[in-house]
Amino acid sequence: MIPRYQTVLFVVLLAATAVMGTVLWHLRQHEHQRLLQGEVSTPTRAPEVAPAVDATLMVADDADGSVVPQVLSLPLPPSPNERARALLGKLLDIYAAPGATHPVPGGASSILQVFLVPVPAGTPGAAGLSGAAAGSRGGPELAVVNLAASFADHHPSGLETETLTILSMCETLHANMPRITEVRFLVNGRPRATLAGHASLMRTYLATARTITGGAVASAGISAQPAVAGAGQ
Amino acid sequence: MVSGRGNAAAGTTLSLALFTARARRCLAVLPLSFAFLAPPAARAQAPPAPAYHFVVVLNPAHGGTDFGANLDGQPEKDYTLAFSTRLRSLLEARGISVVTTRQSDVRLTATQRAEIANHAEAQACLTLHASETGVGVHLFTSSLAPASPTLFEPWKTAQAAWITHSVALEGVLYSALQHAEIPVALGRTGLPAIDSMTCPAVAVEIAPDGAAAGSGSASGSLADPAYQAKVAAVLADALLEWRSEGPQL
Ligand SMILES: [Zn+2]
Repeated sequence: MIPRYQTVLFVVLLAATAVMGTVLWHLRQHEHQRLLQGEVSTPTRAPEVAPAVDATLMVADDADGSVVPQVLSLPLPPSPNERARALLGKLLDIYAAPGATHPVPGGASSILQVFLVPVPAGTPGAAGLSGAAAGSRGGPELAVVNLAASFADHHPSGLETETLTILSMCETLHANMPRITEVRFLVNGRPRATLAGHASLMRTYLATARTITGGAVASAGISAQPAVAGAGQ
Repeated sequence: MVSGRGNAAAGTTLSLALFTARARRCLAVLPLSFAFLAPPAARAQAPPAPAYHFVVVLNPAHGGTDFGANLDGQPEKDYTLAFSTRLRSLLEARGISVVTTRQSDVRLTATQRAEIANHAEAQACLTLHASETGVGVHLFTSSLAPASPTLFEPWKTAQAAWITHSVALEGVLYSALQHAEIPVALGRTGLPAIDSMTCPAVAVEIAPDGAAAGSGSASGSLADPAYQAKVAAVLADALLEWRSEGPQL
């Protein structure tokens, strides 16, 4: 026979384990949500104290498939990650405004985060750095853009419109931060086959000077993961 | 604070009439420079003659569970299939052999589409899309960097050896559409099926004609049969002109 005190102790310990497990799971979920929503360090809007600088936004136009530079004076945060996020946020605000030349709903809040990481040597992006940028401190960088799922879900579907969104984001990053030579996209922190049924999000996009003059966006050869058959062409 | 300074329209573009014109000029010298690189099968082909192996591949995008865009209630997969059928009959009426990747509502992988296209040894491969955004017709070629042909092309980037020919075909389509006063935009994009094709390959996305705003069967909308017929006829005539330019590799 098991003594009564042992049974009680066992039940108490079991209950404590369950409580601790629940608390841990909640903490984990909470932290996960916090990361996903980008509440981590900085607000969505650039702080007003940041000095305004000239930024070149590459704005898409559905009518003729062009991407046209537009110079704006913007208060940009000094941190590169936040600066990249603010630039793309402003671009998406332009697309979300009434009468946009490339209408896409969502706006700045669709950019959850942008992470900048060094480009490994030997990849195409590592060679794509222009002279001026190569001279500065640090090497070429890969920008990982984390988009909100609602942005991708509500993006108009089409070869041109999806390509222009990606192209203009890549070109805007490279125009203002020349060290960014490669761009990858995530949706809610996860890889996704296509933006809205056409443009692949499974590949690394090259954002180099050649891209800007030639209009070429992608390089299939350096896709980290194989292209998925989700793009139905 | 945000103060706009307007457009410094230096013209960074997807739409490059100049780019295409330049590419077409380059093409004139290309057959000479690449002649010795041509694979044995291609070299064995008949020299430029009035009649040569000329096949067009039509690849209607989407299908099956892949519906594509929602075009005012109609799934894009149905639109591309119907347009493919229409264009096929126009091409065959002009004496051009046509191979289609799908003739029914089935879902094909990018690999299956490229396999059908490559097996046909076509002189032109058109992937067909439709979209409510933008105006007129959008032409896209692969964004792969041009590469010299090799004996064994890597499957995923096989189109690289054909880019100059694809851009030349795009130029012929561009001129024809412009001549017919249909708005046309050019671009480059990454589509797995096209990136694996070993033929001059262009993606054609049909959008409503800019002149007529509105939906349903209003003039110039995607559903307008007259507009569909006009675009199909222009493409068919352009492919006839492409054939007259002689074999590509
Ligand atoms: Zn489509």
